[in-house]
Amino acid sequence: MTIKGKAYIAGIYEHPTRHAPDKSTAQLHAEVAKGALEDAGLTKDDIDGYFMAGDAPGGLWPMVDYLGLNTKKLRHVDSTETGGCSYLIHLGHAAEAIAAGKCSVALVTLAGKPRTGPMPPRAAGAEVDFESAYGATTHNAYGMCAMRHMHDYGTTSEQLAWIKVAASHHAQYNPHAMLKDVVTVEDVLNSPMISDPLHRMDCCVVTDGGGAMIVTTPEIAKSLKKPQVRLIGHGEAMKGPRGGKDLDLTYSAGVWSGPRAFEEAGVTPKDIKYASIYDSFTITVLMQLEDLGFCKKGEGGKFVADGNLISGVGKLPFNTDGGGLCSNHPVNRGGMTKILEAVRQLRGEAHPKVQVPNCDLAIAHGTGGLLGVRHAASTCILERV
Amino acid sequence: MAETKKYNAPVTNPETAPFWEAAKAGKFMIKRCTACGEPHYFPRSICPFCFSDKTVWEESSGEGTIYTFSLMRKSPTGPYAIGYVTLKEGPSLQTNFVDCDLEKLKIGQKVKVVFKPTDGAPLPFFTPV
Repeated sequence: MTIKGKAYIAGIYEHPTRHAPDKSTAQLHAEVAKGALEDAGLTKDDIDGYFMAGDAPGGLWPMVDYLGLNTKKLRHVDSTETGGCSYLIHLGHAAEAIAAGKCSVALVTLAGKPRTGPMPPRAAGAEVDFESAYGATTHNAYGMCAMRHMHDYGTTSEQLAWIKVAASHHAQYNPHAMLKDVVTVEDVLNSPMISDPLHRMDCCVVTDGGGAMIVTTPEIAKSLKKPQVRLIGHGEAMKGPRGGKDLDLTYSAGVWSGPRAFEEAGVTPKDIKYASIYDSFTITVLMQLEDLGFCKKGEGGKFVADGNLISGVGKLPFNTDGGGLCSNHPVNRGGMTKILEAVRQLRGEAHPKVQVPNCDLAIAHGTGGLLGVRHAASTCILERV
Repeated sequence: MAETKKYNAPVTNPETAPFWEAAKAGKFMIKRCTACGEPHYFPRSICPFCFSDKTVWEESSGEGTIYTFSLMRKSPTGPYAIGYVTLKEGPSLQTNFVDCDLEKLKIGQKVKVVFKPTDGAPLPFFTPV
């Protein structure tokens, strides 16, 4: 059994807002759902599958009711929660459900307002008494990964900075990007140190907003007007310290999710024309590129340097919307926007200044949770038909 | 350079209560599986490696080396150093480094456990030897 080619992304929508104090979180979910349906040329009554994660207020039944989904038709739901990569996993699970005939038009939504106010706390895990006092945050958890990566492989702050530089080159063409200014390696190194060795410009933006997609069958996708983009491989994986025996913060669960996706798709990293790589921090991108096999472990620093990730300049154009580092990181969850820009690239709808010529094969990859503590990863290989 | 930062008391539960009881006596405990021989941390009743329920408490030397760390400079309660220590016995664990010059921490540095009081059981931290 495979999901290869059995599900198409027929509709996408990214909310243009980056700060939404005048809107409710549920409202943002509804607005992105409406946008994705309109993009696909479908209606709310066509939806028979719904996917959401921890950002959706109240969970499945309040959201299904609030959105007014047709409950006589809705026959498949999934609230898999793996932080920022939830939506990449949702895409894989939607493809599984569609391949199994459990639904035919699946809606996936993400939205929230961390810029407007604090996010609700997560429920504690079994480790709470043994870790909560130590103040792990996104910044220092990824800082710990970067520190060890530098120690083991000689990775430098200059190399990490090139990732932000590349994102900023792309963001200048995105009218909705929160940070549109092109920055230099020196700008990154001169920005304040937040949590060693990560500077402020090594960190992603905090934005309100959201995004949605419609995943459907090949038959329905072919009846619609948009260029056809399909999922041909998906992988998911988890990683943690597991009793303290397996601690190695220089790699992520992407070392497992990546090969699973590539194998299903029957392609290799060399075949990829465009890469959406989760960029919560610069180190996130560097580690993922290694883990996915775009370069050897430890050589990520050399790989990202000198503009190699800039569209039209380097060998692997990445995050051409400006990514989480410059454009948008809605609800502190970057998985959805990774898929949306990959679909734009495959449709030929990216900004002309960053559009990859003849882009027929793309990867969208993300992690969720904290790379420095415990996390999930998900990899999706997408193809233009 | 002893610090006076206030920490919340651990909530504890039936599975981990012996750890916190030992901590009150200044002992830093890990768990070891008598079926596969592997030590682990934080403590579980069922071994996370071989899934045997034959796990026993064992006092750790409390000595280890810094695997990695990050000095968190932007914090409302002041800078702190979070990191991982690899214990002499094997398991690695998350902690903060305390009672030292945070600017001089290094990967590979030798550290030892030090307990800090709370309103309940004391919490384990690590400090350079």
